[in-house]
Amino acid sequence: MDKILLAHGGGGSKSAELTRKVFQRFLRDPLLLEMEDAARLPGQVFTTDSFVVKPLFFPGGDIGRLAVCGTVNDLAVMGAEPLYLSIAFIIEEGFPVTALERILASIAAASRASGARIVCADTKVVEKGKADGLFINTAGIGRPVFRQPVRPSRVRPGDVVMVNGPLGLHGISVLTARGEFGLRASVRSDVAPLWGLIGKCRALDVPFMRDPTRGGLAQTLNELAHGRRFGVRIMENELPIPKKVAAVCDLLGFDPLHVANEGKVVMVVAGADAERALKILRRHPLGKGARRIGEITAAHPGRVVMATRSGSERIVMPPVGEILPRIC
Amino acid sequence: MAEKNRLAALADRLRHFPARPLTKVMEVCGTHTVAIRRAGIQHLLPETVKLVSGPGCPVCVTPDHFIDEAVSLARRGVIVTSFGDMLRVPGSRSSLEEERAAGSDIRAVYSPLDALEIAAASGRETVFLAVGFETTAPAIAAAGMMALERKIANFSLLTALRLVPPALQALMSEDARLSGFLLPGHVSAIIGRQAYGFLAARRLPGVISGFGAEDIITSLLHLLEMINKDIYKIVNTYPRGVRDRGNARSRAVLAQVFEPADAEWRGLGLIPSSGLRLRPAYAALDARRRFAIRVDGAPARKGCRCGDVLRGLIDPPACPAFNKACRPDRPLGPCMVSSEGSCSAWVTYG
Repeated sequence: MDKILLAHGGGGSKSAELTRKVFQRFLRDPLLLEMEDAARLPGQVFTTDSFVVKPLFFPGGDIGRLAVCGTVNDLAVMGAEPLYLSIAFIIEEGFPVTALERILASIAAASRASGARIVCADTKVVEKGKADGLFINTAGIGRPVFRQPVRPSRVRPGDVVMVNGPLGLHGISVLTARGEFGLRASVRSDVAPLWGLIGKCRALDVPFMRDPTRGGLAQTLNELAHGRRFGVRIMENELPIPKKVAAVCDLLGFDPLHVANEGKVVMVVAGADAERALKILRRHPLGKGARRIGEITAAHPGRVVMATRSGSERIVMPPVGEILPRIC
Repeated sequence: MAEKNRLAALADRLRHFPARPLTKVMEVCGTHTVAIRRAGIQHLLPETVKLVSGPGCPVCVTPDHFIDEAVSLARRGVIVTSFGDMLRVPGSRSSLEEERAAGSDIRAVYSPLDALEIAAASGRETVFLAVGFETTAPAIAAAGMMALERKIANFSLLTALRLVPPALQALMSEDARLSGFLLPGHVSAIIGRQAYGFLAARRLPGVISGFGAEDIITSLLHLLEMINKDIYKIVNTYPRGVRDRGNARSRAVLAQVFEPADAEWRGLGLIPSSGLRLRPAYAALDARRRFAIRVDGAPARKGCRCGDVLRGLIDPPACPAFNKACRPDRPLGPCMVSSEGSCSAWVTYG
């Protein structure tokens, strides 16, 4: 590896390779090496994320809403209530202030909805052509409040895998908003702050949560199963994939399981708590479409397998490289 | 619910179908390869039936030499536009993805018309990598015609277009053990059912299939039935997409701009009249003329048996590099690069 490729930012196996072969040679803090969505500090969790989505505005959201939700959700899936955010802008010379105002209004609204306060900020301006409009970085601090620790090491066969609603909306929304294919399908991104929903489950036994962003459900489930003594089995029949998402994926040869979400959480819930969890999720506006999509199995450890509609089975692999660059 | 039951019933029929011993069916099209493995249909086949992948993945059959030509264009400062799958294919020394990271202007597009717009907007020399079969060729021909009409003189095509029937003919003469073909829905939408008469003449049945799990299982059942009964017909189970005569208008556009020419296929070698080249009236669009591209002969790719996979001679795992030296994240050969390549489909869906 001597140059960075777009694929290295895709969140898939190429990203993992970059992390392993380059970053981890220099940055080796034990908390960082845990490779979770956020670092577990004493009594707190801490995370950061940068946003380079193109276009800046898309149906259902914009880069500002994404920047708040992305970080808030990374905290929430650690079982932590998001408290404080920082936000930093890299803006290109010539960027219209009206567009900046729209983005800021959306940041303010998302921060209110998420419950996290934005308490520090920074702005840098670069020459025209150097930042494609605007990039945003956010960082966040949260407080773990789940009664039992959210740790993948606690996942056991018999646990239930669930998701809070339809999959693939964010990726397809951004993709069609780029107008690259003359596609008119208007798909709204699902970008949303999830703590309001996730927080309701704090009393339940939830050993694993993750927001299936880049790389989609396939990436998330593979990260969960990788190197573990359990496997994951999902059922194609139960996957909530909207018709429009399926149609665009068909056309472009994408697997909907590889497409990014920004308002979804994959939860692994202890079997005994599964029914309660579904009830709680479905009562919340962001969880109306919640459903059980699979289970943790003792069979095929380390692997994710899908029971297909035709009664057969197939492996579910994470995507390789750049499927859709600059989706978040 | 009804749909679910129908699919389950079809799957059950396939599982228990009394197929002849040593039945070997080729699915010609890469999109079918992926659809089959995504739905796990290979696990539903009766024990005596073997399904092999054919040469219907455009990226896979394009020789290394073509990538080298595109790389050489990119290094000259020409804007190179291409379907995304081509970018990761390793040429003999470099890939377009690597060239892009090194600063060349290489853009993934989803349509040749997007490439034409890039040429119009930039005013710079823009080349579109014209790769594909009868499916994509008409759109590329239309873009070429439009470039001349709109006098966009900085647009040109680097062509490696291929035709499916001549490749099937070459395969038939090579491997006498094939029992029948699952024929590509999209290509057939253009060339029509009538284009496969040569198969029946050689006592080989074929079924033109759509791409849903139900389409494919239905088509396989038809095909196995014909094989059992020694019926040599071309059946179209995809009438919503394919007419007997195909799409005459698309073929006319194609024929106005391109003419058949001998062409090199990875794995299959040189096949007479199996490619398309620009007709003399459209020679101005030919990137090879415009830029006098010269590349060295590509050295043989070591350890990669893509060619044998494309001929249906081996399954991907029989290649020594499969999922070892050659993996989706660092592919050695194009069958592992393309999302429609059989090696990639085997790794991705098991």
